[in-house]
Formats: sequence, structure tokens, C-alpha cells
Amino acid sequence: MLSRRLIPCLDVRDGKVVKGVRFRDHVVMGEIVDLALRYRDEGADELVFYDITASPEGRSVDRNWVERVAREIDIPFCVAGGIRSVEEARAVLHAGADKISVNSPALERPALIDELAAAFGVQCVVVGVDSLRDVDGEWRVRQYTGDPSRTQALPRRTLDWVIEAQQRGAGEIVLNCMGSDGVRQGYDLEQLSAVRAICNVPLIASGGAGALEHFRDAFIEADVDGALAASVFHSGAIAIPALKRELAGWGVTVRV
Amino acid sequence: MGVVLVDAGGTNIGSVRYALQRLGVDAALTADADAIRAADKVILPGVGAAAPGMARLRELGLVELMRSLTQPVLGVCLGMQLLCEHSEEGDTACLGLIPASVRRFTDQPNLRVPHMGWNRLKPRRQHALLKGLKDGDWAYFVHSYAVANGDHALATTDYGGEFACVIARGNFHGMQFHPERSASVGARLLKNFLEL
Repeated sequence: MLSRRLIPCLDVRDGKVVKGVRFRDHVVMGEIVDLALRYRDEGADELVFYDITASPEGRSVDRNWVERVAREIDIPFCVAGGIRSVEEARAVLHAGADKISVNSPALERPALIDELAAAFGVQCVVVGVDSLRDVDGEWRVRQYTGDPSRTQALPRRTLDWVIEAQQRGAGEIVLNCMGSDGVRQGYDLEQLSAVRAICNVPLIASGGAGALEHFRDAFIEADVDGALAASVFHSGAIAIPALKRELAGWGVTVRV
Repeated sequence: MGVVLVDAGGTNIGSVRYALQRLGVDAALTADADAIRAADKVILPGVGAAAPGMARLRELGLVELMRSLTQPVLGVCLGMQLLCEHSEEGDTACLGLIPASVRRFTDQPNLRVPHMGWNRLKPRRQHALLKGLKDGDWAYFVHSYAVANGDHALATTDYGGEFACVIARGNFHGMQFHPERSASVGARLLKNFLEL
């Protein structure tokens, strides 16, 4: 039986892992490879690295650290950050990443998803979706969220975008619920469940983990395939081995 | 001499190469027929689609060479599928070295495709490739097409039904999951291959 995945997310800026609250005010958490190895040893199922300033700065991800990570760790990892062409994706995959995740560039030019899927297969192509509920009650996507001064609200509805992304060749969706990100009050189960209902590829929850029960709720109530978290793992507030033991006790299939 | 990785355009070549380095083996990356023929062990990696994968082998003039190899050969993920007879993906004739066919996961409620994540391995036959593998060990999978279960299966995995996750026939072997990304279980299986 396929296990549910626990995925520490390492936001990378200037070659260091950083974490902000509600996508703002980033503080340095540590060195990339050190944190990657620590999570591997603790039983993380996968890692995601977001080069959070690449897209706002209009550059692609720095592949030097991708190669360093690929040499050291033996669990899968996904890299995101300003990948806007097949050639840039190829460079990151050749550096050793298992998957690439696109977000803002796919919103700029949705055909990028088709091109990546055609070149590498859908299994390599993750679409990250930054989503926030607007005053009219609709969830809509946000662009360039790595830089608060450039973040844009788009008219595109989150549910529409998730459907289109799958049709174009997304092999996995990471839903970043920005309203709950960094505040540790739990994943946005309402939004995740709504997206789950229209998502036939693996769905990863992101934003809001603060307690062990939040992971249980995401897996059992919103039926997500993986749960991504950053600050609770980086700070040591939640240790992955203990989390997996609890999840197993709640009947969630985890790799131990 | 040594271990070669066939450079057929697969994108996981880097990670397979690093995994071998962690086992102390520096594998050459090559599409040169003489180098492949002379190697002790040949690994065919590959992430991507079957038709472009076969097209690339044809362009490189490696189809007949791959079929003629007598040393241990390991196909990983798409590389494993290419060792089979036929893939539904793009209705592609493959190398035909292992009598098995590759099919897309069938539509079932709650069966998400691609099959992505960690799943359990169930050994089905005694084989040196599986030395030390325990029933229920976890490996990392990422794929939408799978090799049907059958006599060629050394181990199977359940995802909407059993499929073959480790296969062998003679000197040809395949692993559907990514041993290079399957932590200690994957390292053990790669080491077993190097020791065949």
C-alpha cells in the first residue's frame, strides 16, 4: 500500500534555508545540505527545495546546490524556483533533482506545463499553486509570492487552475494555502478537500501545520497524498519519527 | 571494464551515478557501443516516455547492442520498461529482452496516477538481486505505466493490483522503483546488482 508522504520544505534564498511567516520576514534556518541530511536521517519521505527569490528576480534556480544535495541524499527531492523553460528544467533534473515544480512561470505561460510533460513525462512535473481566499469567498491564485512587494493576485480561480494544470500534464499538485501558511493553526481542510475532489493526480498539502493532529486531519479528512511543512520541522517542534508513530496509530499508512 | 550508465537521455542519470558513488563505484556515462560492450555491468536508467526512449536508443545505434549484451544489465524505471516487449505508452515496441508487457494503471476510484511515493516490495522468488530484502521493505516509485505480473517477476508491489516491481530474465534485470532514491533499501539492491 502506498504510504502517505511527509515532506519538509526548505525555502532557499542566497544558498541558505530560510523561513518566513505568511511568506514574509524570512530568517535563516541553516545550510541546505545539513538540513537535507538531517531530514533524510529522521525519515522524511521526500524533500522540496524552493528557490523563493528566483522567480521574482527573473532567474532560474542555482543548480550548484541541487548537485550538492543530489550527491548526498538518497531520498527523492523536488526543486522549484523560476524554472521557465524545458532547458532550465533539464539542467535541474540533470543536476540530480527527481522532480521540478513550476508555479509563477506556469501562470505566465501555461503551455510550459505541456512542454515539460512532453519532454520529461508527467511524473517529473509538479505544479505549485499559491492560493488565497478572496473577500467574495472564491479561492484564487497568487503569483510571485516569494517577494511580497511583487506578489500579485490573479483573477484565475484556484479550482479552475488545478483542473487546467492536470489537463496540461501536471503529475502532482502542491497546494499552498497562503491564508494558513506559517501560523500553525492547521492545514486548510476546506480548501484541500475542494481541490481533492477535482484532483486525480497526487495532491500535497502545504501551509498551516502546527501540531501532530493537523497532519492526521490532512491525510484522513482531506485525503491528501503528502503533507508539506517547514517551520515545525525546522524548529524541532515536531519530530518526524514521533509524527510517524502517531500517524500509524491513527491508521495512516506511513513508511517506518 | 567497470560499470557503465547508458546515456540514453534519461534525466535520472545524475542521481543513479551519485548513488553508485556512495557505494564506492565510479560509473562512466556513455553512449559508446564499445565501452558498453566492454563493461562488467551495464545500467540503463531513464525517466521519461517509452517512445522517445526507444527512439534515442535507435539514434545512438544501441538497440542491437543492448540485445547482444551478456553481462548483468539493470534497467531502472523507464529503463526497466524498455527491456520488455511492448509498452502501451505510445504503443511502443521495446527491446524484447524480458517477455512482459507494460501497461498503464487502469482507471479506478481513488487510484491516483502517477503512482508516486513509497510503496512496499513483496519478494516472489529467490534471487541474488534480492539478497537481504525483507517482505514489506519500502521503495520510492514514480510512474504511470507498470510491468504486468508474471513469471519474470522477482518482486511485486500492490497499487490497484499487483504489478512486477523487480524483474529478471537471464542477465537482464529491471527495477520499477528508483533504487537511487530508496534510502537504505535501494542502496542494498544496487549493491546486490553490483555483486552479481
